[in-house]
Amino acid sequence: MSSLILSEMLNGLVQVITNDGKVFTGRLRGIDQTTNLILENCHERMFSADEGVEEIRHGLYVIRGENVVLVGEIDEAKEEQTDLASVRAEPIMALVH
Amino acid sequence: MFFYSVFKTLVGKTVVVELKNDLAIQGTLVSVDQYLNIKLDHVSAVDPARYPHVATLKNSFIRGSVVRYVHLPASAIDTALLQDATRNEPGNR
Repeated sequence: MSSLILSEMLNGLVQVITNDGKVFTGRLRGIDQTTNLILENCHERMFSADEGVEEIRHGLYVIRGENVVLVGEIDEAKEEQTDLASVRAEPIMALVH
Repeated sequence: MFFYSVFKTLVGKTVVVELKNDLAIQGTLVSVDQYLNIKLDHVSAVDPARYPHVATLKNSFIRGSVVRYVHLPASAIDTALLQDATRNEPGNR
């Protein structure tokens, strides 16, 4: 477990971007060597060019590693200063291999 | 494992990782593993106006399979040595 570079993020609040361009947030509770992820209290953030960010509650999610693009720890101080309802952006594009 | 070794020598350097979804992220290289998964600190999108999605991230783990390019600082690479090394037979490293 300690050899995985993702393990430093365990139990932290993270944001995950997937192959299809979706953005998930949640607490990282499990990982493995293929980047399978367990996200507790998982929410999806839907970005749109003409509306603020919409958040959907999913609960406990397992994301299969092959669909993971990026996992990042959320800076909670910055997060508090951000008004998601005022953020306008096109969704992230799907992955093209 | 050759490029794994190359990336290990670049730890601490600032790099730009361009992904196969066109997102480009700049940050300090923290670690890399056998799959060429990359971990960056102090991350920011190269085009922050287009990608506020990643504005609140402290660091990023990027899966090796989604990386299109890694832009390296030219000063951190000895290109002659690299070219030499990549011409060697696998056994000679």
